[in-house]
Amino acid sequence: MGLAKRIIPCLDVDRGRVVKGVKFVEIRDAGDPVEIARRYDEQGADELTFLDITASSDDRETMVHVVEQVAAEVFIPLTVGGGIRTLDDVRRMLNAGADKVSINTAAIARPEFVREAAERFGNQCIVVAIDAKAVHAESESPHWEIFTHGGRRPTGIDAVEWAQRMTEYGAGEILLTSMDRDGTKRGFDLELTRAISEAVSVPVIASGGVGTLDHLADGILLGKADAVLAASIFHFAEYTIEQTKRHMQDRGIEVRL
Amino acid sequence: MTRIAIIDYGMGNLRSVAKALEHVAPHAQITVTHDRTAILHADRVVFPGQGSIRDCLRELAHWDLLDVVREAAFNKPFLGLCLGPQALLEFSEENGGVECLKILPGRVVWFGELRDSVSGERLKVPHMGWNQVHQLMDHPLWQGIPQDSRFYFVHSYYLQPADMALVVGQTDYGFTFASAIARDNLFAVQFHPEKSAQAGLRLLANFADWNP
Repeated sequence: MGLAKRIIPCLDVDRGRVVKGVKFVEIRDAGDPVEIARRYDEQGADELTFLDITASSDDRETMVHVVEQVAAEVFIPLTVGGGIRTLDDVRRMLNAGADKVSINTAAIARPEFVREAAERFGNQCIVVAIDAKAVHAESESPHWEIFTHGGRRPTGIDAVEWAQRMTEYGAGEILLTSMDRDGTKRGFDLELTRAISEAVSVPVIASGGVGTLDHLADGILLGKADAVLAASIFHFAEYTIEQTKRHMQDRGIEVRL
Repeated sequence: MTRIAIIDYGMGNLRSVAKALEHVAPHAQITVTHDRTAILHADRVVFPGQGSIRDCLRELAHWDLLDVVREAAFNKPFLGLCLGPQALLEFSEENGGVECLKILPGRVVWFGELRDSVSGERLKVPHMGWNQVHQLMDHPLWQGIPQDSRFYFVHSYYLQPADMALVVGQTDYGFTFASAIARDNLFAVQFHPEKSAQAGLRLLANFADWNP
């Protein structure tokens, strides 16, 4: 008996619609966040993460309605990321029914924002998202740096130190994405995942690069992650959440089935 | 029509709790409220909680709800959620030590440095995610919920009731702690039934039908 490792599908939402084509069999509307969330819940997803990629801030209000609709029908934890910059953004998402918000760029711009949000709303609902890239030469010891703007802009901030600092400021969880692996289907950066997970006391969600079920299991067993997040392998119905969990269970990982 | 009041004392989002109750009890009248009269006249009361225990108790006092919570906890079907059950005990270690409502005997204790009892690996705090709840006795609120079902937890402090007879459910995380406590008309859980899919919805449905 014990705590299950979590499997978290991630949905990109643009102006209220799920994008990057979710391909379930017999889905009526592949862009409807509520229907997709319900499918994942039925398959046994442990949580859902919505990433708002809406470019225009005028359309941000749409995301609040998406969260309201999903939270009224799907009774598993919801995390919302993308465009969370002020305490008011956090409050609106939590009031709409999100359980956690994920803060990324705003934390880099002003780290105190994380402290303020955690003090105001509790550590348990503040996730700090870290996008990291390896910056060491092959002969050097491993070293990762935080990047912004989809991995294009370096910040000079060491990823492990940043994770520790954000935890001290009150982050209740770290969502770690390897920008080297994101979209490659080559698996998580296990060395990075393990370095961050061992450096902080809070749970770490591994993200970026999942192409196979073994990648997910490796993230837990070798990367020491507490949860794994993926998008395309679930959306394109390559694997269901249940298949994923059975596979992880076969590899000795405790899951909720 | 049964009236269920969810006590709102400004500590975070109660929309999910209300929506989950509406989902399982469509005929109940569900209100999220800090109105004393509404709570006193409700048939059932849900006492949720989020954030820190000091803020929780301060806000309860600010809204003049301390005696209303006490009245409900002794007299009508009463469901405590997450921080709710912690507030019901005598004392919490959180925020440097806080005196709580003393409705039930016991303390609230920090998880501290935890290791897995088998592997020896360090365990993360907060205890976050789906863990099993072992039902220690039959109870109307456990009805239809398979033994050792998983519920969603998020917490860094755990319940340590002084009377083991209060414990109706327990969970392992490095050691075994009380994850559900009950006495007479009162039932309180450390986890979030409103976020625990089918098992959680069943517990809420059972509460809506409970006549202790």
